[in-house]
Amino acid sequence: MDSDKQQYQQMTQEMMPKRPVLRNAVIAFVVGGLICVVGQGVQGFFMHQGMTTKEASAPTAVVMIGLGALLTGLGWYDRIVKHSGMGGTLPITGFANSMVAPAMEFRTEGLVMGVGARLFTVAGPVLVYGMTAAMVVGALRWLITGVA
Amino acid sequence: MAVRRRGAATYETDRVWIRGTGSVVGPKEGQGPLKDHFDRVWPDEQNGHPSWEKAEQALLAEAYEEALKKAETAWNGIDMVIGGDLLDQIVTTNFSAREHQRPLAGLFSACATFTEGLGLASMLLSGGGLDQVMVSAASHHQAAERQFRFPLELGYQRTPTAAWTATAAGAVVMATKPGPLRIESVTLGRVVDMGGKDPNDMGSAMAPAAFDTIQQHLTDTGQSPEDFDAIFTGDLGDFGVKVLRRYAKDKHLDLSAVLDDCGRSLYDAQQQDTHNGGSGPGCSASVFAGPLARRLVQGDFRRLLLVATGALFSPTTYQQGETIPCIAHAVAVVREEAFR
Repeated sequence: MDSDKQQYQQMTQEMMPKRPVLRNAVIAFVVGGLICVVGQGVQGFFMHQGMTTKEASAPTAVVMIGLGALLTGLGWYDRIVKHSGMGGTLPITGFANSMVAPAMEFRTEGLVMGVGARLFTVAGPVLVYGMTAAMVVGALRWLITGVA
Repeated sequence: MAVRRRGAATYETDRVWIRGTGSVVGPKEGQGPLKDHFDRVWPDEQNGHPSWEKAEQALLAEAYEEALKKAETAWNGIDMVIGGDLLDQIVTTNFSAREHQRPLAGLFSACATFTEGLGLASMLLSGGGLDQVMVSAASHHQAAERQFRFPLELGYQRTPTAAWTATAAGAVVMATKPGPLRIESVTLGRVVDMGGKDPNDMGSAMAPAAFDTIQQHLTDTGQSPEDFDAIFTGDLGDFGVKVLRRYAKDKHLDLSAVLDDCGRSLYDAQQQDTHNGGSGPGCSASVFAGPLARRLVQGDFRRLLLVATGALFSPTTYQQGETIPCIAHAVAVVREEAFR
């Protein structure tokens, strides 16, 4: 019986329609790149107003998060990611999308059990493992270079 | 009146007819190739209702209304309602019962719910005691997305084999009084699990269950696929149908001449970007209650085997790495020549 299952799984894997990986990668590169160009432009604007590179990074992130939230609210961001995959998910605009989408979705369950409880359903794992990774890398840097 | 057992899992029913059918679908389904064959098409997915769940209930209520109208009856003529849906605690079917106030038997076998209902209703009616039974199944794309997948506006890429849950409801009034379609026999399926784990590929997970039930039905009744004008599976979709054809052929059953699928027929996959095709209990229910019933009545088909297929998993079970158990129930529906 188990070899039957194995054979069946093998057959379905062989028949499985192929994902257009190369095309997806190219679109992800272009769209992700474009989002970064916009971010660069925003940062340039703040630097033009007299901020240093370091000072400009925080307001740039705020603007990009705002843009991601706006496009999510307009119902456009999911279409961008549909075509661009990680190109749309990875930049900070994608993070905004992962917060705003559940906030919009779970309004019907109320502000506490709906929006409040479900806000981090998608972004939660990103935050947990992102922060964990940052701590590990930070600890390694401290061990190797002695710089905290 | 009696139910006669044929073989291991098939029951021949006696004097059970379909008197009226109702099908109501969402806008996307209403733009697909079958658009002209539904009773009602909603202009948008919410149609003025405050939540997706309430919209799904309203969709079902409208399907009930259409089925009652066509069967020329009213709720007080319905002895029992048998139906189900995809939402937790089958809330759509249960909550709708607050309105109709008829005895209710709620079912869940995911997307196979509709033929499970047709089968059980046929056997109950055939057994005697009941005169008219309402059978229904419903699903709503957005309500299912938020329960099984992600929030609507979250961007992600669907795989080529991912199914699109249909916003659709189908209802039929079945009776012991003659109607345009007659139920001939019913095969209740068993759970088949061939080890598929991917919730984005339910088609290939369900194909062996569909095969098992179709073969059981043919064996029990001594028929071959060509004895039917069409065999419609529920929602195997494009990939699932391909897999089923090949799987059946390997087991020496050639279905290629008669096999089609409700989910695959519901959308234009290229134009409507629905990938593998439609799914959800409402998919096979609305495609039967609308287009297929119409084709039977018009005489395009004389004998149809409807085999709705269900993937019986929950978000919890696939996150825990469990394989997906699947089921299929078959109902043979024939055009009643004597009724005209």
